[in-house]
Amino acid sequence: MTRSGGPAEEFQTIIADGLRVEPRDWMPEGYRKTLIRQIAQHAHSEIIGMQPEGNWLTRAPSLRRKAILMAKVQDEAGHGLYLYSAAETLGADRADLTAKLVGGRQKYSSIFNYPTLTYADVGVIGWLVDGAAICNQVPLCRSSYGPYARAMIRVCKEESFHQRQGYELLATMMSGTDAQRAMVQDAVDRWWWPTLMMFGPPDADSPNTEQSMAWGIKRHTNDELRQRFVDMIVPQAEVLGVTLPDPQLRWNDERGAHDFGTPDWAEFADVVNGHGPCNAERIAKRKRAHDNGAWVRAAAAAFAAKAASSDGQSR
Amino acid sequence: MTDSLITAFPDAEVGADWPLYEVFVRGKRGLNHVHVGSLHAADEEMALRRARDVYTRRNEGVSIWVVRSSDIVASSPAEKDPFFAPNGDKVYRHPSFYRIPDNVPNM
Repeated sequence: MTRSGGPAEEFQTIIADGLRVEPRDWMPEGYRKTLIRQIAQHAHSEIIGMQPEGNWLTRAPSLRRKAILMAKVQDEAGHGLYLYSAAETLGADRADLTAKLVGGRQKYSSIFNYPTLTYADVGVIGWLVDGAAICNQVPLCRSSYGPYARAMIRVCKEESFHQRQGYELLATMMSGTDAQRAMVQDAVDRWWWPTLMMFGPPDADSPNTEQSMAWGIKRHTNDELRQRFVDMIVPQAEVLGVTLPDPQLRWNDERGAHDFGTPDWAEFADVVNGHGPCNAERIAKRKRAHDNGAWVRAAAAAFAAKAASSDGQSR
Repeated sequence: MTDSLITAFPDAEVGADWPLYEVFVRGKRGLNHVHVGSLHAADEEMALRRARDVYTRRNEGVSIWVVRSSDIVASSPAEKDPFFAPNGDKVYRHPSFYRIPDNVPNM
């Protein structure tokens, strides 16, 4: 039980034993920086992720769908807050993270830079985009950094509702009119490839993966997760009755997995670098929301100050 | 009104000086409160409301505590902290320290 050596050795032992690193433990600067970058990017994705679906809140086709969508968008806000809270345990500052997001100095998932053109997109985001998020996030529940892993456990519990409501929405539309079925297929056609890009570049072009896996921050490579996702979705698409827009998609008996085509990585790079269909709009809206909230923050601070000075009096 | 509020509380522009609160939730009667995360708020009462919104959207709790992070006093995180050393050599505090013949029932 007794261990000699400095904090660096202790850190290595924690990682090697599959234990969790906790906030006040010594950790290499690179580990801290990588985590802050990844968790902040993840938090920003949840916050920006409210926009594509929030776009349809006032135009939901029924009160039931509206209540569901409202709950889902609120969950995305909650997920963002769990993650910002985890980032703060590493010494990141909340206000600074927001400033970096609206200043374009930290990224968020490229998927949220695509527009939601019809209500079928709401269903496809739940089914495919949240399905991909689940593939990414379930292994992160075992991430080596305790607060991140614990936040991911909460997120994953709620994410299952997101995926199921999306699939149910699409199944409902598929049992409707020809026009509704066409709408679902169109949404699948538009979202399929961007969804595959969510797992990040191919392993050969993902320079950080090796170190992240050595540190136990990531548990699987981008390509492994992408493969897992495709294998999970194909039978679900069959039951739904939609076609996945990839002529190369077929079962490979030898590999025991599906072969599939290559996403357009040039498009991915373009969107990541700020040239997607909605990048500017997403950031502008986030900034506007933050600016418009200034008076609420000021009022809350004023109220708190007044309440503190008149403690004991009724209010 | 809005502008004067912001002038009176310039830091509220970013909410940067709102204190951090740690949140503890009791899942149901009979269980301890458990730490679930943290949040920023202007005061305790707002922290409590926000904790409800952020951490108990699905009946995860019947009771919430919030406490300013800066008010928590903690031991050092190191596993081999000498703080815990006094208990390290007191094996006789554990029932397995005592050998009882196999034929003694119910012990």
